[in-house]
Amino acid sequence: MTVTPLLKRDYLVKLARNGRRVDGRGFEEYRDIKVETNVVSKAEGSARVRIGNTQVLAGIKMDIGEPYPDSPDSGVMSTAAELIPLASPDFEAGPPDEESIELARVVDRGIRESELIELDKLCIEPGEKVWVIFIDIHILDHDGNLFDAASLASLAALMTTRVPAERFELGEDYPLPLKDPPISCTSVKYDKVVVMDPSLDEEDIAEARLTVATDKNGDIRAMQKGLNGSFTVDEIKKVIKASIDNGKKIREQLYKSVGK
Amino acid sequence: MGVEKREIVIPGQFLDDIKRNKPGRGTFVENGKIYAEVLGVLNKNAGYINVVPLKGRYDPVENDLVIGVVLEAMSSSWLVDINAAYPAFLHVNEVPWDIEFGETEKYLNHGDTIMAKVLQVDMEKRVQLTLNDRNLYKIKGGHLIEVEPSRVPRVIGKKGSMISLLKKYTRCRIFVGQNGRIWVDGNDEGVEKVIYVIKMIEREALSYGLTNRVEVLLKKDAKDVR
Repeated sequence: MTVTPLLKRDYLVKLARNGRRVDGRGFEEYRDIKVETNVVSKAEGSARVRIGNTQVLAGIKMDIGEPYPDSPDSGVMSTAAELIPLASPDFEAGPPDEESIELARVVDRGIRESELIELDKLCIEPGEKVWVIFIDIHILDHDGNLFDAASLASLAALMTTRVPAERFELGEDYPLPLKDPPISCTSVKYDKVVVMDPSLDEEDIAEARLTVATDKNGDIRAMQKGLNGSFTVDEIKKVIKASIDNGKKIREQLYKSVGK
Repeated sequence: MGVEKREIVIPGQFLDDIKRNKPGRGTFVENGKIYAEVLGVLNKNAGYINVVPLKGRYDPVENDLVIGVVLEAMSSSWLVDINAAYPAFLHVNEVPWDIEFGETEKYLNHGDTIMAKVLQVDMEKRVQLTLNDRNLYKIKGGHLIEVEPSRVPRVIGKKGSMISLLKKYTRCRIFVGQNGRIWVDGNDEGVEKVIYVIKMIEREALSYGLTNRVEVLLKKDAKDVR
């Protein structure tokens, strides 16, 4: 376990009071985002996303399985995240821990609640056979803000996915039926300032965290609050507005990098 | 050093015969032949063959000055993280203060930062630290930057050339610990510049003529300010 020195905390707080961040960014400014698609040839769709030094790989696999009894005519989607020790000295090998489960759930919720994947079009035989989508997220390098990197990687991977119908003798391969992608934006709060796209140091000293997924129309599709601290109503309003603004920019970049 | 490129070797790569050269750090000997132990840069110096690792934790050496972060205060000692494989020990006898038994927390506690000297490293790499020397103390204020420990010599430069350059143009106080932690104090712009330059040095550590390029960069920025 690594300890954040109090020194670093004090320095970041001192900078924040002067309206600055340690890497010279504005409070609502993102680091450079890079999206690469089709990086894994064995997967139905894949993407690697870099936000600053944070690096995340997402892969999509599809299979045929049984639907859930309560939704016999829609496809199934499941998300898993893996925090491998290679990415950070704080990650341990072994069964998934709280952090990786939360990460997978936040990504899953953003995609599920925005109805990005048209699951009802993924039914082959109602109650018997449907498409199952597995979203696997691998963290390659952790330098803060895994939530946004992981959800962006999943989106880019889904948008380049082709349903492997030929392999199961169900006709020709076709692109996954999708609607508009929700963009997640994460903010953290420390010492009364709220910053977006936290770096690792900022995440370490954060008191509270809020992830907001917004769609094209600026509607909120999912939210996740983390850590022990609290936000005021005004802060939350500001975070939502900044998430919508940043979401617009990131969405444009996402469309560009998947070639749409 | 000339124009020749720095050679990168991989673990297990044959380097030389033991008759011609002596095995140094980052190497091992098998059947009278020297092989690389780590992925790193080949370095031949005074008859020794060394491999300087590209990445990795700090390998403690006696008398090194390091920057440590206190992990835990125990009744008569502290556990200190010095970015090595294991935490280091700092005993109450090795600090300049008079401490009653069980009152260690009053002086140094979890999360405090210290400048310390490596007193002793044993065969099992257990490390003892000391604060009983000149210029060793608990650090207050300023900021910490972390770089790869193998890049520390580049950040310091030949006979301290790089670090004095940085100090001259940014007017910051800088202390470089051998374990890859760097302490900086000064005004906000200065510290930001130091961070930028040190990250650049870390990125381009394997190229030649780095000191000159850093000077050009710092000079240009200095003009912009005025």
